[in-house]
Amino acid sequence: MLTQNIIPLFVIIPLFSAFFISFIGRFVKKTFINAFCCFSTAALLFFSAFSISALKASATSVLVYTIGGWKPPYGICLVLDGLSVLMLVTVNLVAFLVCVYSVSYMEKYTDRTKFFTLFFLMLCGMNGLVVTGDLFNLFVFLEIASISSYALVAFGTEAEELEASFKYAIMGSVASSFIFIGIAFLYGFTSTLNMADMARVISEKPQMWLVPFVSVLFLMGFGLKAALVPFHAWLPDAHSSAPASISAMLSGVLIKTLGIYAMIRIFFNIFGITQALQSALMFLGALSMLVAVILALSQWDLKRLLAYHSISQVGYVVLGLGLGTPLGILGGLFHLFNHSVFKSLLFLNSGAIDYAVGTRDLKEMSGLRKKMPVTAATNFIASMSIAGIPPFNGFFSKLLIIFACIEKGYIGYALAAVAASILTLASFMKVQKFAFLGELKEKYAEVKEAPLAMQFSMVCLALVCIFGGLLLLPIFKPFLTSAADVLLAGRGYAGGVFKAVLR
Amino acid sequence: MIDSPDKGMSLIVKTVTRLTVGLILLFGIYIVLHGHLSPGGGFAGGVIIALSFVHLMLAFGKDVAVSKISKNFASNLESLSALMFLAIALLGFFGGSFFLNILGKGVPFKLFSAGTIPLSNVAISLKVGVGLFAIFLALVVLEGAEKEK
Amino acid sequence: MTLYLLCLILFCIGLYGVLRKRNIVKIIIGLGIIEYAMNLFFVLLGYRYHGRAPIYAQNQQILDMVDPLPQALVLTSIVIGLGVTALVISMAIRIYEKYGTFDITKIKRLKG
Repeated sequence: MLTQNIIPLFVIIPLFSAFFISFIGRFVKKTFINAFCCFSTAALLFFSAFSISALKASATSVLVYTIGGWKPPYGICLVLDGLSVLMLVTVNLVAFLVCVYSVSYMEKYTDRTKFFTLFFLMLCGMNGLVVTGDLFNLFVFLEIASISSYALVAFGTEAEELEASFKYAIMGSVASSFIFIGIAFLYGFTSTLNMADMARVISEKPQMWLVPFVSVLFLMGFGLKAALVPFHAWLPDAHSSAPASISAMLSGVLIKTLGIYAMIRIFFNIFGITQALQSALMFLGALSMLVAVILALSQWDLKRLLAYHSISQVGYVVLGLGLGTPLGILGGLFHLFNHSVFKSLLFLNSGAIDYAVGTRDLKEMSGLRKKMPVTAATNFIASMSIAGIPPFNGFFSKLLIIFACIEKGYIGYALAAVAASILTLASFMKVQKFAFLGELKEKYAEVKEAPLAMQFSMVCLALVCIFGGLLLLPIFKPFLTSAADVLLAGRGYAGGVFKAVLR
Repeated sequence: MIDSPDKGMSLIVKTVTRLTVGLILLFGIYIVLHGHLSPGGGFAGGVIIALSFVHLMLAFGKDVAVSKISKNFASNLESLSALMFLAIALLGFFGGSFFLNILGKGVPFKLFSAGTIPLSNVAISLKVGVGLFAIFLALVVLEGAEKEK
Repeated sequence: MTLYLLCLILFCIGLYGVLRKRNIVKIIIGLGIIEYAMNLFFVLLGYRYHGRAPIYAQNQQILDMVDPLPQALVLTSIVIGLGVTALVISMAIRIYEKYGTFDITKIKRLKG
């Protein structure tokens, strides 16, 4: 049994689960739906962990699966290399824990069946986007994930959620249309849609204005999906109005795969990174870091504060990736993984507080540490991680990015990163003080700890936060460096894919 | 145009609709089944099939159309057709890779040729048709609920 | 060449609609115009001189065909546009029920 036959499973399992739950949801009991969803996401997590070892055991470092037997460039192919494996593990780990969390959190909302259908469709879109090797297939999966997320943000159908979702839907559709026009220009020039073939054609045919023009279109389109600063206006509304488990998925993995992964896959592997693109990415990253963290200082709504910090940390990732040096890319990718983990944990904590207390306003809560010890402990760990305090995982990735900036001589960007980190620490000190420390108000005397499923997810993510720094040890480091090598090889990606197809 | 969505439109419209609704449905099925020979295929045929039911709803009122395809039936049929499409794609695993065309290809330009493509067309047309009608039904039911308040 | 430029001008008209109109339904119509312009641009990319429709027929010699791949991709894109439009319109109906107006300058409860 060839190991590359597992690659389509990442798309088949969520797609089957989505429509199966939509069909039988009315006929079976609630516990069956819960068990089936958790089993499905656990299977995905198992396969993504298996793909790490499958990739290491293969001769070339790239696994290619041709759909329908049609060889590329005639057919669509699915490509598994180091970067895809990193994104798959991130996405499926967060998806499994959020699914377990949603089992109890969705008691507050109606219609669990539709929620899980949309959730699995979003997961199918994200998984498909990460494994595909064809540019239009990437666009189709991007749209599947985006449309599901528009519907999920509006899930509670209160007035504010609908307003936030409408804004998100219109801005997201305009961004998708920019991406589509970019793909149209590229197809008209290279007459192929396969990413490896396109890289080969672009490096051979001379072109003057096409690649810079299409790069600007993609920066606008994917930049809006990733919430970089001129394009960030939808994120605070959308991520604070969604249900907490969906906020965790959106902020933790959706903006990373739809925005950052697609952007760096195209910029590094198809176009070949140039100095102008690197400067643009670094500038946008630094701008996101500073502007978002300053805007977050004045927020009193807990989830809105977390959403602004998402924008800021994505700025760190883009700054690290824009540097282009091995240390910078390693730092950027490690921070991407870390941010998925601790930002999901922070949103799950806010959901637990909302479930127990019923409010998101920081001025209303206080002293919850006595009544909700697990939530308070995991929140403390996540706050220390995002602020970059040793020995948690956020410290190591931020240190790598700052070192990479200094190594290349950009002292200004390094100082900006340090300043943003200090302001992040200030923000989370505020969260800790107002939400957990202090005296318990009388109206919260009967507040109980969150249910067991929610506690399980939060504790698992907290454990990954504590031990995440160990990923830099030489035993585990190939997990990150193989992803960084794919980006550093640039157009060598095309050669790897063609060699793997021919065998 | 529509004074009350429950009673439908005038007698002339109802008489003409009785004649044309079947023809539109048949035309949609023709476009779906000949998807591998002439332009059209699953999506276009599915839209035409949905339009025949919408035509019925516009002319006769909400209740007649809902009695033909109720909301539960639409939801079930939609999920079933998506699962059918996935099952056809998974059949390819027997041949070697995902989505492979494994049934016999037959003689070109005949109706029963081109392997699994006509089956995929049927599954897509069911999903699109029923999905569009369900969207229309949801919007009309919402509108009706709003007017009652 | 002028055809491509006209498609991009149509795209800009749709973009103007999304950016400057105040009624929600007009914004959705602007989004629809953007999608029409995109699909038209992509199909026009496939045109070849003296090409005919890319359909095989029995007992006929076909020499030049236009490119069939953009046509398949545009079909997918039209379906995606349909999905987004349906979702956004049902959200607009619900917003009217909750806020009582279609004016986007008055739908501003989320601030800061």
